[in-house]
Amino acid sequence: MTQHTSPPSPQRQMTGAEIFVRSLIEEKVDIVFGYPGGAVIGIYDALHDISDIKHILTRHEQGAVHAAEGYAKASGKPGVALVTSGPGATNTVTGIADAYMDSVPIVVFTGQVALKLIGNDAFQEADIVGITRPITKHNYLVRDVNELAATVKEAFYVATTGRPGPVLVDLPKDVMAMKTMFSYPKSVKMRSYVPHVEGHQKQLDKAIALIAKAKRPILYVGGGTILSNAAEELTKFAHKTKIPVTTTLHGLGAFPETDELSLGMLGMHGTWYSNTAVNYSDLLIAVGARFDDRVTGKTDAFAPEAKKIHIDVDPSNISKNVKVDVPIVGDVKKVLQQLMPSVTALDTKDWIQTIKTWKEEHPLRYRNGKYIRMQHVIQKISEITKGKAVIVSDVGQHQMWTAQFYKYVYPRTHLTSGGLGTMGFSLPASMGAAFARKDFPVISISGDGGFQMNIQELATIREHSVPIKIIILNNGYLGMVRQWQELFWRKRYSHVEMFGPDYVKLAEAYGIPGFRATQTDEVEDVIKKMFAIDGPVLAEFKVVKEDNVYPMIPAGQTYHEIIDMPEEKTASTDGEKESDIEMVTITKG
Amino acid sequence: MSNSTEIPADETTHKHTISVLLENKFGALNRVAGMFSAKGYNLESITVGPTEDISISRMTIVTRGDDAIIEQIIKQLNKLIDTLKVVDLTYDSFMERELALIKIGTTPDNRSEIMQIVEIFHAKIIDISHKTVTVESTGSGQKVDAIIKMLKPFHIKEIARTGRVALKREFVGEV
Repeated sequence: MTQHTSPPSPQRQMTGAEIFVRSLIEEKVDIVFGYPGGAVIGIYDALHDISDIKHILTRHEQGAVHAAEGYAKASGKPGVALVTSGPGATNTVTGIADAYMDSVPIVVFTGQVALKLIGNDAFQEADIVGITRPITKHNYLVRDVNELAATVKEAFYVATTGRPGPVLVDLPKDVMAMKTMFSYPKSVKMRSYVPHVEGHQKQLDKAIALIAKAKRPILYVGGGTILSNAAEELTKFAHKTKIPVTTTLHGLGAFPETDELSLGMLGMHGTWYSNTAVNYSDLLIAVGARFDDRVTGKTDAFAPEAKKIHIDVDPSNISKNVKVDVPIVGDVKKVLQQLMPSVTALDTKDWIQTIKTWKEEHPLRYRNGKYIRMQHVIQKISEITKGKAVIVSDVGQHQMWTAQFYKYVYPRTHLTSGGLGTMGFSLPASMGAAFARKDFPVISISGDGGFQMNIQELATIREHSVPIKIIILNNGYLGMVRQWQELFWRKRYSHVEMFGPDYVKLAEAYGIPGFRATQTDEVEDVIKKMFAIDGPVLAEFKVVKEDNVYPMIPAGQTYHEIIDMPEEKTASTDGEKESDIEMVTITKG
Repeated sequence: MSNSTEIPADETTHKHTISVLLENKFGALNRVAGMFSAKGYNLESITVGPTEDISISRMTIVTRGDDAIIEQIIKQLNKLIDTLKVVDLTYDSFMERELALIKIGTTPDNRSEIMQIVEIFHAKIIDISHKTVTVESTGSGQKVDAIIKMLKPFHIKEIARTGRVALKREFVGEV
């Protein structure tokens, strides 16, 4: 229910389309990623004269939704996409599912056929409200122009509060043409939706007591910490209590990886020492993390000796995968603020020393040689940018290496598709991020497989001279699938080798400067050349065809089945000598 | 609405009757039913209808699961934006009713026997023809199951069941 606190304005009547656009301005939307079509032609007409809102015409509706996600993830503000009915709407489905899995606040507006045609198999009709019901936080079909403004208000409210997520609003063509007075509600109050913010005192007390007794505690920090803008609180909390920190893929950036207490990422491809520390910990504090299967492996063997505290804004995440001792439902930022005064420095010197030994014994490693390793490219980007960049990765091997070999220092500097694992995410999402962030350069990192999935957005990037450094790590394989086939499917490489275009020529065809590196000694030079260019720039790094991501805990297994990188200095299959191989090590924290 | 793939009862799974109050909005039943199928939860019966407040619907759900699953079901129901209140009636004293219409093929020989069963169960015959009688039976789900079981040896032509509705019992004294 929305409360109208101001009387309806005495101005002229407006069409639904005008009201829609006015509502976006009221929500302080400064950018919309979209694609016009028949059902939204009225809305596009209303947008035509509006200078407050920048509209970015993507080359595919999936690109529009990922761009809205990139904008939201990089800025913390809701991202907005606007598309037409039917295929326009169905093309948004992957992006919406992605935003749902990763709790990204976006609002997607879809055109719909006129009310009287709904259900008629009308031209470009799709039941997008039905289709997206299980992948949206909530969705709406606006049946009455008098409900339009309040629905838009509610949509933004639901998308951005509690556990954020995508909200879809379906806008029938005739409703957009109907007229009424415009009055935008000042506030929203929904009797059926009241997110928890503050943690319950009784639970907080239990947590404080557990923390005080811990000898080998660890903070397991997830994306919820970044969503709740709580990186600062988390860092203070860790420093005050002297508890080491490991983050999930989405938690990267919530705690500086240059800090002694940092263990880098945990989980399937987490650092050896973070997984080891979790395994031997006696207290695990999950902060805005959801015990995802890529983190826990076999759930009953995850942190087997630890008491568990779980801070999460979504009650349904509590005890969903792993039973915890002290659940605290609330906003991470608020709960950390509540806990802060009652916690004290723990005596974790021995524990931190043990972890330090593990770090020395099992750092992240890769074999460097004449031909380029993806890890090397990422390490160089990390050294050059020193954490001051927004890194947008895609999905696959390069994504894991981007998580491992880049040292994240600031929140909202690591954007990726984690939950859904959507290949093709990086290029459009980096575009959205670049519109949101002017302080840091935006770097899109993709494999050759994922890059080809939303390659069309190069045109959008060129059209608006979006200043993105586009990096393609090309091994000519779907590398992660190939790795699994190598390790678990007897090296039967079924349909994972793929042809790609000449990416430098492709960039040039779009009017984007392009570079290529084929050997390790060219890498740094190419990266520096990219940073010397202000607008969009692309570089292809031809990397060794076969390389594996380690450490690895195979799916559904326990910490004890961890596979660290083999010690042998194996040369790549591309014709290197074993004697030329150098083992490079990197440690987080 | 009934789910044909009922999970067999074992020691860890129990039947639960859950009452949900929802905003009476377009698609509310779909959101709940869709959530059950998306999450793979058992759905034995689901009924929905208006309440004393026309802006609110009451849904009564009969489901089955172990404690962890029931906990998740309740949380997932609460998570739906249109949900106002979720109550698991199972551990409370509650009233539960279901209505069934049972159409039975009859012969002049067995009609009186059917009528005796109907009487024992305090059911009603609401339609009669030369070849059929239709019985209306109201009661707990178990009672409806029982009369159907008793009528099985006759020729049951059709059955329509409403699914269960339930409310918390207020009376707390001894009966």
